Amino acid sequence: MKMRIVVTTVSALALCIAASSVQAGATFDAVKKKGFVQCGVNTGLAGFSVADEKGVWKGIDVDVCRAIAAAVFGDATKVKYTPLTAKERFTALQSGEVDVLSRNTTWTVVRDGSLGISFTGVTYYDGQGFLVKKKLGVKSALKLNGATVCVGSGTTTELNLQDYFTSHKMKFKPVVYDTSDETVKGFEAGRCDVLTSDQSQLYALRIKLAKPDDAIVLPEVISKEPLGPAVRQGDVEWFNVVRWSLFAMIDAEDLGVTSKNIDEMKKSSVVPDVKRLVGSEAVKHGLGIPDDWAYQVVKQVGNYGEIFEANVGADSPLKIARGLNALWNKGGVQYAPPIR
Amino acid sequence: MTPAKPPFWNDPKVRAIVFQVLVSAGVIAAGIYLVRNLLHNLDARGISTGFDFLKNRAGFAVNLTLIPYDESSSYGRTFVVGLLNTLLVSGLGIVCATILGFVVGIARLSRNWLVSTLAAAYVETFRNLPLLVQILFWYFAVFLNLPPPSEAIHLGDSVFLTLRGLFLPWPEPKEGFAWTLVAFAVAIVAVIFLVRWARRRQALTGQIFPSFVTSLAILVLLPLAVFFATGRPLELSKPELEGFNFTGGVAVIPELAALLLALSIYTAAFIAEVVRAGILSVSHGQTEAAGALGLSRARTLRLVVIPQAMRVTIPPLTSQYLNLTKNSSLATAIGYPDLVSLFAGTTLNQTGQAVEVMSMTMAVYLVISLVISLFMNWFNARVALVER
Repeated sequence: MKMRIVVTTVSALALCIAASSVQAGATFDAVKKKGFVQCGVNTGLAGFSVADEKGVWKGIDVDVCRAIAAAVFGDATKVKYTPLTAKERFTALQSGEVDVLSRNTTWTVVRDGSLGISFTGVTYYDGQGFLVKKKLGVKSALKLNGATVCVGSGTTTELNLQDYFTSHKMKFKPVVYDTSDETVKGFEAGRCDVLTSDQSQLYALRIKLAKPDDAIVLPEVISKEPLGPAVRQGDVEWFNVVRWSLFAMIDAEDLGVTSKNIDEMKKSSVVPDVKRLVGSEAVKHGLGIPDDWAYQVVKQVGNYGEIFEANVGADSPLKIARGLNALWNKGGVQYAPPIR
Repeated sequence: MTPAKPPFWNDPKVRAIVFQVLVSAGVIAAGIYLVRNLLHNLDARGISTGFDFLKNRAGFAVNLTLIPYDESSSYGRTFVVGLLNTLLVSGLGIVCATILGFVVGIARLSRNWLVSTLAAAYVETFRNLPLLVQILFWYFAVFLNLPPPSEAIHLGDSVFLTLRGLFLPWPEPKEGFAWTLVAFAVAIVAVIFLVRWARRRQALTGQIFPSFVTSLAILVLLPLAVFFATGRPLELSKPELEGFNFTGGVAVIPELAALLLALSIYTAAFIAEVVRAGILSVSHGQTEAAGALGLSRARTLRLVVIPQAMRVTIPPLTSQYLNLTKNSSLATAIGYPDLVSLFAGTTLNQTGQAVEVMSMTMAVYLVISLVISLFMNWFNARVALVER
């Protein structure tokens, strides 16, 4: 009797082990098989990924995922979203819970090298800043010696904050919360004098305050925060697909192609770059996706300028200027390799 | 006539040994396979392994550190800081919850209707609300609504209550303070001997000696006398409002206060029920006999009922202590820097080494729980009544 129990347990264990070993390199195949992209996004950050009252996800990170779905399936709606906090985002990607992490995540060497993930590009060039209450009368980050600072846990923000204050020989007291919602609550209640995060997040969080005009974003940008999508290492095909979905949108803006004029351009344009983008002239891209991938991306989601303005720019409550995120020939650094 | 010895393949003793060896080998082999599979898969995904990350620089600041900690400290030090914070809140929580739980439990058995109803209401309310909700309530609804530093509630000019924390003056020992500490140690030894002598005297002659009051007097007066004799070598560092915050003195952060309050009140509700069960388990004949001997209700409770009730009370009490220790990990919800928040949260995210970090955290909680269980089991054996 006891022997039977032992044998059953051991063989059950062996079966479980065999069944659960996930193979690296099979993400693209798995995505194509299941028919949708599982996208890891923020739990709720205005402008980047937030669910509205009907449960529809909107944001620039969300649009990047929709672009991937449009490229692979020709249908930008074939995406499912997994909201993730800063603490669980990497484990979710490493374990296979999500196929791509599009969650305002900063590209750093430690994350590229030691987490087993790779960043495919930069959705948004950002930098870290400070948000303070106007009534403190502080106009510069250099006057923050001794302040209490609210910060999100497990982010590059925490590390940059420490580095900045140490290098300027200032002291501070940190108050570390799990989600950005809690940091805002703490800041509003007055638990801390300063709220620090990426500047784009600060503008988004400021809207959530009861009186947004009572808080100002200090002018200092204390770090480089290139935010972009990440995938697991080991599947080069999936890596390429995710990378080129973003590049297609940047290339489209470069060529003046928008979701509104793309059909016209397809019919009438004689510019070779445009013809290659919309798929009138075939390009042997070898990505393993349909030939009209760039056309579907731009038509269903939009070019980079459109998704920027709609989510974080002039057409959104955030009203962030293009700044660094303008195209390379318009004063910014957004630049994509050519589709040829 | 001795039975013939069976051949070795039929001998039950040999068979038993062989099967046990095979099963152990199987279990160990399964374990080795699992670990090697894990390491191989981590390697294949490019995720770094090993415990070397503990030597790397952490680079982030922590709100509450019981040991010196700055930005150049390593992750190993972060681990120790988190561990100390967890032990701090668990230790204080256990003490507060026990005191409160015993008071409420005994109150519930009071003959005064108002007292027993209030105690019952307390138990029912706090037992049935989820702990996380209670923690969030204390933190966001109570502590974060205290006034800001510029409008602090103050007692005199050295105790300030704000939403940044409770600021108290902290004594800084100067030269000569060592004598006061020595006097305190001497007082403790004196008290131990006094209590022993008083007990022996009571056993021999039946005379009661007021040992509690006397010990208290010795513990307080002797070090105090030495303190004054050596010229008061203690300086109070007072908290002062400078710029954004108070500097000087010691601060009790609202995160610690909220977590401690919520944990103590929640666990005390459970401990109250455990204590009540223990007291009710003592046969009523004991109370009646004590009454017949002329003992007051308080003395009956203290000398007759509770010692017998402890046998029934201590095992569930151990469980409650373990629950409290593990529940302290909810600190991440309000930003209290305990082990889970600092190590299994921030460090895990910065280094990406989920397997090592989580195993260390789980091992720590396991060790803490085992230590508490061991101590309580020893205590239980000590107070167990020897029956005929």
